[in-house]
Amino acid sequence: MKQYFSFFKMSMSKGLQYRIAALAGVATQFFFGFTFIMIFEAFYRSSNTPQPISIEQLIQFVWLQQSFLLFVMLWFRDMEIFDKITTGNIAYELCRPTDIYSYWYARLLAQRLSGALLRCFPILIITAFLPAPYGLSFPPTIVHFILFIITLTLGLIIIVAISMLIYISVFYTLSPTGSLLIVSVLGEFLSGLIIPVPLMPPMLKKIVYFFPFRYTSDLPFRIYVGNIDINEATISIFIQLAWIFILIMFGKWWIKRALKKVVVQGG
Amino acid sequence: MKLYIKYILINFKSQLEYKTSFILLSIGQFFVPFLVFVSMYMLFKRFNSLDGWSLYEVALCYSIMHMAFSLSECFARGFDSFSSLIKTGSFDRLLVRPQSTVLQVLGSKFEFTRIGRLTQSILVLIYALSNLAISWNIFKVLTLIFMILSGSLIFTGIFILGATLCFWTIEGLEIINVFTDGGREIAQYPLNIYKSWVKKFFTFVIPFSTVNYIPLMSILDKNTYSQVLAMFIPIIGMLFIIPCLIIWNFGIKHYKSTGS
Repeated sequence: MKQYFSFFKMSMSKGLQYRIAALAGVATQFFFGFTFIMIFEAFYRSSNTPQPISIEQLIQFVWLQQSFLLFVMLWFRDMEIFDKITTGNIAYELCRPTDIYSYWYARLLAQRLSGALLRCFPILIITAFLPAPYGLSFPPTIVHFILFIITLTLGLIIIVAISMLIYISVFYTLSPTGSLLIVSVLGEFLSGLIIPVPLMPPMLKKIVYFFPFRYTSDLPFRIYVGNIDINEATISIFIQLAWIFILIMFGKWWIKRALKKVVVQGG
Repeated sequence: MKLYIKYILINFKSQLEYKTSFILLSIGQFFVPFLVFVSMYMLFKRFNSLDGWSLYEVALCYSIMHMAFSLSECFARGFDSFSSLIKTGSFDRLLVRPQSTVLQVLGSKFEFTRIGRLTQSILVLIYALSNLAISWNIFKVLTLIFMILSGSLIFTGIFILGATLCFWTIEGLEIINVFTDGGREIAQYPLNIYKSWVKKFFTFVIPFSTVNYIPLMSILDKNTYSQVLAMFIPIIGMLFIIPCLIIWNFGIKHYKSTGS
């Protein structure tokens, strides 16, 4: 366990070096946040029927999404791992007396965490001071807040477990870009990053609830804004735990299989 | 021009060498905007209209902007990935050749996988046009064509500005995405749904409104401008590329090689 923790620390301090990039990222996310909010506002202006999520809740939802983008985004990828697999440097990795799944997992987790830490606080702080309808306020109760923290953490564990599967698939395909693009776009759609889950048609909502993706972003953010009540939130935590178990078990089994027949590519 | 066509052919052949990767990437490029359009469709099903615009009208706007964007991403990709030319020092090689730098950077890379995005926007365009009752005439057809051309020239201009920044920063900056991807995100909806500072910025600084607002209204008979006048408005937008090229040439004068 200790060695994985130091892998984690190493990647973490490396990630924290990129401060200027983070600053540019913050500005970009503000811009996109405002764009989405303006588009949603225009839609809400045009219709009088009450919606499953209010515009005030939706605005907070957008800001949370922008702050924790690196927690929920699927395409955040580590080119080094891809290169290791395609160039054959994976052989060195295999010589180490560590479990490769846990090693990569720690590394991916740290990258997301360091990136998000640099970006989320500036966005959260600034949006907290924005005037009334556009600002970020506190969740309805302290229980909502605690549940938000729990589900967000579990969601992060899920998203890294999913992205591990993408890395393992490279052992078979060798060229990551094409298949990766399709998987990550579908995943983002199913997690409600392109259109928020409450605004989807009922049929699609049912499908979305069937996949693990929405448990990474949709669930924690909607708990925060008070769109999901405490009962449903508690049940969802167990579903999250089940997904974590399934995804990690499957990942470990799959990587073992892939490594058994791995052919080191030259070099 | 002959040289440019040669650049295109060489790039095309080299990309076709990796067939599976090419096809998968094109399919991916199809799906990214496709899901954005599906979301737009679902929002319209829920809210019915958007500040007086119908789904088909916005779909027309969307398809024009995405077509412009994919054309510009395909042909001006060299500027988009320009930072790698600077970082490796390959740009020095371009400078000693007896051809203009703009042509050579344009020729350095084409991204033909954008055919996926282009196909998607053409399908949306057909979908929009078959559902809209527009009384077509020659001016409107020309307006539509000019809108697409002008849009791609504006995007190209932004790519050039982003590349010019690399002369000073060496590293490419994420912030330029605000104007390319962000500009596309914003301009896929008619500009009048936004707050006035956004409208002003995308009219006077980056002239997207000459593409997706005034001529669009005219095609849909939503305003009273004469159709001949509306046809020339996208052409004004095209002029945006001129200051971009001037800034580019200014940047080259300040270029210091990274060595290596």
